[in-house]
Amino acid sequence: MTDVTVSSALRLHPRVSIRPEPFGALLYHFGTRQLSFLKSPRLLAVVEAVGDAESVGDALATAGVRDEEFPIYLRALGTLRESEMLVERAA
Amino acid sequence: MTLVAPPERPKRLVDHFESGLNSPICLTWELTYACNLSCVHCLSASGRRDPRELTTDECKAVIDELQRMKVFYVNIGGGEPTVRSDFWELVDYATSHDVGVKFSTNGVRITEEIAQRLAANDYVDVQISLDGATAEVNDAIRGPGSFDLAMRALDRLSTAGMTRLKLSVVCTRTNIPQLDEFKAIADRYGAQLRLTRLRPAGRGADVWNELHPTQEQQRELYQWLLAHGEDVLTGDSFFHLSALGETLPGLNLCGAGRVVCLIDPIGDVYACPFAIHEEFLAGSIRDGGFAEVWRGSELFARLRSPQSGGACTSCQFFDTCKGGCMAAKFFTGLPLDGPDPECVRGFGEELLAEGSGPRPKPSVDRSHRTSPPRPRAVPVTLQRRRPAAPPISACNADPVAEYAAQLAAGPLQTAPRASDPLADIHPPKEK
Repeated sequence: MTDVTVSSALRLHPRVSIRPEPFGALLYHFGTRQLSFLKSPRLLAVVEAVGDAESVGDALATAGVRDEEFPIYLRALGTLRESEMLVERAA
Repeated sequence: MTLVAPPERPKRLVDHFESGLNSPICLTWELTYACNLSCVHCLSASGRRDPRELTTDECKAVIDELQRMKVFYVNIGGGEPTVRSDFWELVDYATSHDVGVKFSTNGVRITEEIAQRLAANDYVDVQISLDGATAEVNDAIRGPGSFDLAMRALDRLSTAGMTRLKLSVVCTRTNIPQLDEFKAIADRYGAQLRLTRLRPAGRGADVWNELHPTQEQQRELYQWLLAHGEDVLTGDSFFHLSALGETLPGLNLCGAGRVVCLIDPIGDVYACPFAIHEEFLAGSIRDGGFAEVWRGSELFARLRSPQSGGACTSCQFFDTCKGGCMAAKFFTGLPLDGPDPECVRGFGEELLAEGSGPRPKPSVDRSHRTSPPRPRAVPVTLQRRRPAAPPISACNADPVAEYAAQLAAGPLQTAPRASDPLADIHPPKEK
C-alpha cells in the first residue's frame, strides 16, 4: 500500500463520481464498479479539497481537520488511494 | 448548575441506511412486462406488454433525473428488457449520461453483433439468467429451449470479450444440488456467479411451496456460500441465513424503500423488486418524477422509520436476520413483524403450518393468457443430499467481522463493487 502523507499530492480519479449523503458521501468508481462510503462530512470536505490543494496536509487543514486527527484521515485517504478512488498527481 | 447532555450513541452507517438516503443505492427498473418466456417463478408475473408502458422519451426523462440524483447505475430487468425496440438506444442514452447499466436477460436478443457492441461499452454489465445447470432442471422452470438460449448468449458474449458478465441463478429445491456445476459454467465463460433467493412474489407465489429450498438445503447453501465467500455475489439475498452462525457478507438489512426501490414499466415505484403489489406502491414517476416519489412518499417514510420486530426481537439472532424479508412474509400471509417463512429456526414454518393469514392476491399480473400455457406445477425430483462443504476453519478471516469493525470505527467505509439489492459488499476477484 502506498502510504499517503501530508506531503502527498492527490486528486480524484476522473471516473469517480461523488454523491453527498447525510452521513458524508457515496463514491462510485465507474471503472472498477466499486462503491465507497465516506462516513463523515469532514472526510468529504477533504476529498473535495484534495485536488486543488497544494498537498494533502493543506487539504486537511482547509477542511478543518485537527492535527491529532491527521493519522485517521491519512489512513482513510490511503484506503481511497489503494482502491484508486484517489490517484497521485504531480505536486 | 451545569447541564450535561447524555452521551449520544454515534449513528452507524447502517442506521443511516435504515433511515434512508438522498437517492437509492440500488435501483431496479423493469423496462417492460413483455417476455418471450413464462418462467414459473417470475417475480413480476410478466408475459404481456402493458399498453401504458413508458415511452422512449419518458424513459430518457427518467434517465436524466437519475443522472441529476447521481444514481450511479440502474439494474434493468423486466419482463425481457431487450424485446423493447428502443432497448439498445436507452442503454446508450443512460451510459452517455453517467448512469451505468446492469441488465438481466434470458439471452434471446444477444446476437453476435450485439455481443460485440456490449463488450465495447465499458459502462454495461450483463447478467444472464439460468435456473438449472442442466437443460432438464432449467427448462422445467424457465421453459423449453431456455437453457440453450442462455448458453448461446454466454458463449457469444464471452467470445466477444465481454468481461463484465454475470450468471444469475435463483436458488430452488431443484437446483441447490447443482451449485458446483453453476460455478463451473460461470468460470468457463469468465462470468461471475450470482445466487439469489426464490421469493414468493408474482408467479413465484404459486410455486413457492414446491420450489423453495428445504431447511436442509438452506444449510447446504449457507455452507456453500461461506466456503465461496467473495467469489460469489448474492445481492444480500440470504441475510436470513446468517442466523445459522457466521454472518454472511453483506449489509444484512432490508433495503426496501431505504436504499433500494423498483420502477416498473408503467412508471409505478415500488419499495423493492420483490414487492410488486399495491401494498408497497409508493407512487408514480408520471406524477412529478422519480425524486418526488423517493423523497416524498408516505410509504417510504414509514419504511424508514424504526420498525417493530414483533416476537422476533426476543430471538438471539434478531440482530443478524432482522426478521428476514418483508416481501417473503407478505406474500406467504405472515405478519410483517413476524418471522421470515424460511426462518432457519423453523418459526416461519410453524406459523405457516398453523395456518397463516390469507395469501394476498397479486395486484399485477401480465402472464401470458394462452400459449405458452401458464405453468402451475413443477416436477420435483428428490435427491440424496450431497456431502456438505468442508467446515470453515475458525482461523479463516471473516470478511464481515472486518466489515462490522469498519462500520464501528474509521470514517471511511469501502463496499467493494456494489451490485444489486443493496450492494454485494464482497469484492469479486478480477479474472
